[in-house]
Order: sequence, then C-alpha cells, then structure tokens
Amino acid sequence: MANKVAESISREEFFYGHKACAGCGGSLAVRAALKVLGPNVVSVLPAGCMSAVGFNFPQLCFSNNSIISTFAGTASMLTGVEAGLRARGFKDFTAVGFAGDGGTADIGIQALSGAIDRNDNIIYICYDNEAYMNTGIQKSGLTPFGAKTTTTPAGSNIHGNIRPKKNMFEIAAAHDIPYAATASVGYIYDFIQKVQKASKIHGTKYIHVIAPCPTGWGVAPDATVDIAKEVVDCGLWYLAEYENGSFKLNHKPKEFTDVSAYLKKQGRFKHLTDEDIQIITASRDKKWEFIEKNFEL
Amino acid sequence: MRPYIREKKDITFDDVPENTSFEAGYLTTVNSGWRSDRPVIDTTKCVSCEQCYLYCPDGVISIIDGKAAIDYDFCKGCGICAKICKIKAIEMEAERK
Repeated sequence: MANKVAESISREEFFYGHKACAGCGGSLAVRAALKVLGPNVVSVLPAGCMSAVGFNFPQLCFSNNSIISTFAGTASMLTGVEAGLRARGFKDFTAVGFAGDGGTADIGIQALSGAIDRNDNIIYICYDNEAYMNTGIQKSGLTPFGAKTTTTPAGSNIHGNIRPKKNMFEIAAAHDIPYAATASVGYIYDFIQKVQKASKIHGTKYIHVIAPCPTGWGVAPDATVDIAKEVVDCGLWYLAEYENGSFKLNHKPKEFTDVSAYLKKQGRFKHLTDEDIQIITASRDKKWEFIEKNFEL
Repeated sequence: MRPYIREKKDITFDDVPENTSFEAGYLTTVNSGWRSDRPVIDTTKCVSCEQCYLYCPDGVISIIDGKAAIDYDFCKGCGICAKICKIKAIEMEAERK
C-alpha cells in the first residue's frame, strides 16, 4: 500500500537526532517542511525551541545548510540568504525560515512585514505553539484567551490570558502577500501540500502552522497529533489559504466538536469556568461568521 | 543526507571551529535514554500505510521492505505512532519490566 503523499516528499531526514521534547509538534512541522523542500534548502531559525534543540554543539541536527538568526531578524536574514545565493549564481535553492509564535507575532513582526513589503522570494513558516515555550512558557501575542502561562497565571480573579490570539494569518494577508496559509500538524497532508504549493510560487510565502507543545499545553506526549486535529475540528483554528487577493477555506468541519472537551483536555485550560468557555465559544462563532462571509468556501 | 553519529575523537585546540559554523548533520549523542516506553511494530500486521512515518516528530520510522522499522537510537518513545496506527500494529512496551 503506497502512500502518495509520502512518495511525493524526500525519503531523507534533514532534521534528525534533535533534543526536542518527546511528541514535539514544532519538530514535526520542521521535519515535514524540510522533507518537502529537499536538500537544497537553507533554513534560518531565530531563538526559539527549534534552534535550541537543533544546535547543541557538537550535536548539529540539521543536515541542510542552517543558520541561527537574531530573534527579531528571521525574515531579514532570509532576505540576505536569498539575495546572497542569487548573487553567487545559485539557482536551485529555497530560503526558508522557521520561527516560533513569539519570534513571528511579537519580536520578528517588523522584519517579516518588511520582507513581505519587498516581496523577497522566501518561505516563512511560523510554528505556533501558542507561547514562548523554549524559555519556560511565557505568554506571546499568539497565546489564546484563557491560557495559563507563567506570565499569565490563573488566579481566582483573572483566569489566565485576558487577550485573544493575534490574527497573524490575516495580518500577513493584509500586506497583499503572494501566498499565505494556515495549517495544523494534525492535518499533515494539508500542511505538506501547502509547503509544496508555496515552494512553486515566486515572492514571499507565509505559512502559519499550529504545533502543539505537550510540555506547555499540559497534554500527554502522544496526544500532540490528536489535539492538533481537535483544535481544527472544534473550530478554534481553521485551515485556509490567501492567494491572488482572496481567502479560501480548505476544510470545513461538518459539525464542530465540543469546545469545552478540547479545552479541558489541556492543563493550561483546566481552570476555566463555564463563563470563560462561553466567551471562547462566542468568539469562535463570531470568527466563523466572518469566515463564511469573506472566505471562498 | 540524514544526520548521523560520528566517531568520538579527542578534540584538540586546533579542531575548535574558528567561527560559529560547523559541519551539518554532526551527531555525537543518541536519544534512546529518554524513553520509558518503546514502540514495537508487529510486522505481520503492518500494511505500510506510512502514517507513522509521516507523523513521527523525530523521523525515526522508515519503511524497509514494505514494513515500518524504528531507529531505537533516536526514538524518544512519545507514542504518537502507536496512536496514529489505525490497524494497531504498533504497541508501546515498557523499557524496564
């Protein structure tokens, strides 16, 4: 029984022997993307989990050319890598960045915005584990409402994070970027297909992939893929694309699964009251109203 | 190329890289010590659907002769493969019984 998706990507491993926690969603996203892009890829990683687990000298876990950038400068370093290789006469290569949610939505957002503005020929992949996991679970701009982190603790007055998740996908799309997409490691076929598509488009590409962190989310290591599927199935995340000026929804769940079941599985949401869950459900419904109005279904 | 374990040698001062670049895919340690449970594949059941291969975060599963095989040097025993396997050909067994 041959698997067509597995046949369409490289059999080689380019990210191997790394020191990520067991069941890490981010490492799954990086591994899958590198297998799509092949050996001639130059990857740029800012401070974050994937550079911390991939480059422990002398244990160097990337077999492609790979470089650690400044925290804020992932996209600008990608610009430099792409321009430098082009100037040296290389033709068959891809410059790809793997930044976490903090490195994308908070610290690296101006560099990313600049790169999209210049329309540099790069792929920027944000693996979103919804907090600064590498430094011990601090709130980032992409931490969802109600999540408990070390900087947004859950008390009797304030129940974790009080702000909603920043909408990075639509922020990238608002630059009129050639290609932007959302994905989830739970739907790896969809993610692989989006990276394949991005590699064929000229200009800046942005892919935002949900990558659960068992350590930070408070789930078992073997639950990563299931929880990444469930976040899509319950409607708190969506799989969509932005291309040629219009949004397209790739996957519409027939019926949403229970939001509270998704939340209560995770340690970071254990403290939520029924009221908090109602707020989350209401914001989900509002989001889907927007999607149904503005996205091609 | 898959990163692989290099032979251990004593590093002299001259071997220390002058700048912050070094050989890619240079591994010196394994991850097998992290594991408390190990996945065991029942090759009679495996139909090579490659789900485990695609979803393994560490990339330790490869398909050899139409059957899934695990590189136990780098498997961390997260158990994603056992959960994703629809025909239940992978079972988690305790490392120490």
